[in-house]
Amino acid sequence: MENGASGLGSTPLSYSLEPHPRSRTEAPMPRRRLAALVPTAVSLALALAAQPLGAQRTSIPRTAAGKPDMSGIWRAMTNANYDIEPHNAKAALAMRPGPVVPVPAKEVVALGAVGAVPSGTGIVVGGEIPYLPEALAKKKENAENWLARDPEVKCYLPGVPRATYMPFSFQIFQSERKFFIAYEYAGATREVYLKDPGPPQVDSWMGQSVGRWEGNTFVVEVTGFNDGSWFDRAGNHHTEDLKVVERYTMTGPDHIRYEATMTDPRTFSRPWTIRLMLYRNVEPDARLGQFKCVEFVEELLYGHLRKTPLKP
Amino acid sequence: MTRRTSRLAIAAAITLSFTMPVLAQQRAAAKPFATPRTPDGHPDLQGNWSNATMTPLERPAGLGRALTLEQVARLEKIRSDTIEKLSRSSDPDRPAPPKGGDGSTGAAGNVGGYNYFWIDAGNQFATVNGERRSSIIVDPPNGRVPPLTAEARTRQGERLRRAQAFREYDNPENRPLAERCLMSFGSNAGPPMLPNYFYNNNYTIVQAKDHILIMTEMVHDVRIIKMGKGERLAKHVRPWMGDSFGRWEGDTLVVETTNFHPLQTLRGSSDDLRVVERFHRADANTILYRFTVHDPTTFTQPWSGELPFVKMDELIYEYACHEGNYALSNILSGERARDREAAARPPKP
Repeated sequence: MENGASGLGSTPLSYSLEPHPRSRTEAPMPRRRLAALVPTAVSLALALAAQPLGAQRTSIPRTAAGKPDMSGIWRAMTNANYDIEPHNAKAALAMRPGPVVPVPAKEVVALGAVGAVPSGTGIVVGGEIPYLPEALAKKKENAENWLARDPEVKCYLPGVPRATYMPFSFQIFQSERKFFIAYEYAGATREVYLKDPGPPQVDSWMGQSVGRWEGNTFVVEVTGFNDGSWFDRAGNHHTEDLKVVERYTMTGPDHIRYEATMTDPRTFSRPWTIRLMLYRNVEPDARLGQFKCVEFVEELLYGHLRKTPLKP
Repeated sequence: MTRRTSRLAIAAAITLSFTMPVLAQQRAAAKPFATPRTPDGHPDLQGNWSNATMTPLERPAGLGRALTLEQVARLEKIRSDTIEKLSRSSDPDRPAPPKGGDGSTGAAGNVGGYNYFWIDAGNQFATVNGERRSSIIVDPPNGRVPPLTAEARTRQGERLRRAQAFREYDNPENRPLAERCLMSFGSNAGPPMLPNYFYNNNYTIVQAKDHILIMTEMVHDVRIIKMGKGERLAKHVRPWMGDSFGRWEGDTLVVETTNFHPLQTLRGSSDDLRVVERFHRADANTILYRFTVHDPTTFTQPWSGELPFVKMDELIYEYACHEGNYALSNILSGERARDREAAARPPKP
């Protein structure tokens, strides 16, 4: 089905052609408000009828207060979760020396092409992460020990910004008073506080997020991280001094330009930035999947503690 | 039972013997209340809420639906005494607990795991329409889960037989969902969202344009309620917390949930379990939460409950349970050590 055509029936009224002073919902409304809506509905119907079938809406949905409304299901279209720096395709993330060239390590060789790494042009502005020498050495060591060390293998919470460009979707719930992101991967969550609650009381995997609007850009400062999360499967890492400043800018009704700037003086010689696009899932019945992977790693983490461990 | 589940059972058992004075809801009820609304005109349910309560799901024998003031006062005293006792600082110079535990089975476990600082089991009885409630269940009128059907009793017997193929520490899959960091205790995330009588009975609600989100603090579990109509998931697709659709009936949010996960049964429920929840903003500090459980092959009649969700002015923490789950591996490896000891022991003559 064409997205535009199939989307017409379910297009919420808040996607009217101009920013509307009041946000609308698809839910049934009390009768007294329906009357007030009729003129809007009529003009919307006329406007839509004037468009060729299959045309996309072009304006950015807005909340009642006029802020860009990012509510919806989003996903990055990038291979950055393998490596946020530019990289070639290769046979596997875990390799060992072969007689001619390196080959997939025995733990992953059975995966064949499924375990191979697609290439990526990278999302790091300038191409390279400005590591301090010791931190670069640790990155290389991480990559060599990827299977044992990548927190994603163990279904640990992904941290920020990695949650944004994993090969899973996430859903933004935005209202005048709240901004909440639910990630499919590991059921990770993040409330972006619109009022600063003060310094984070504890370190955490997803950090403490505080958001503010700079014009049409939603700027989120994330602090209070622990040092557990990585940026990708290539071993790119940080300490608990990491601070991330994210910028979400809608460039159209179905696109967000996402930027994140990382500062961590114990790991990097200067702040550095990633940049990528996020794409809305425009399917009318789009759902955020549920990937609670904790139970999927029980054999990996606890299999050796069974009364009768499975045979190798 | 594990330490956690035994603590829970104890917490549930002594729930009725606890109480604390002063009710936030009662204070708030005295003020004039205008329902806060979102820009689209619906009641605004957003914020952080707690359903911690001393009121048990089912009514203990001999009580009416509403507790008398005398009952509340008596139970209050026992409760506050217990909290005071459990709140005392631990003696840092105390010796190790005796081998096998100190014989107690309270919330601290029998090796002194938790004092009251770590516990938030609810310190007041649920107040609904001015009544101090003795049970969450209000229908059937006796406040009890209705009897199971013959079919459900057979099904429960089969489940029990399957479970008995293992001992409780044989495999990670034989451990409770909370200990595996898959879900919170009991039916905390639900639906129905019930208090766990231990801790972390905390929720965040966010209302976006066409979806409402409810997050349960333990274990950062998000239920996404799609507003209006839509395709239900295929019958065999059964996510944790099921598949929820919502609609407004006047100022009440009504949510219907089906497609429950097979490990999230409710009192012996079947695949056909359907839960209808109703959220109504009762006053500035309270959502009145009501629910009805429909499962005709399991229960001889539908059953309904109600309890307040009370506003919290505190933040929700990241409950990163799995990432720090030393308990599960320690529990299993402890049992494996016992297996080895048993194997090394000379056979009895």
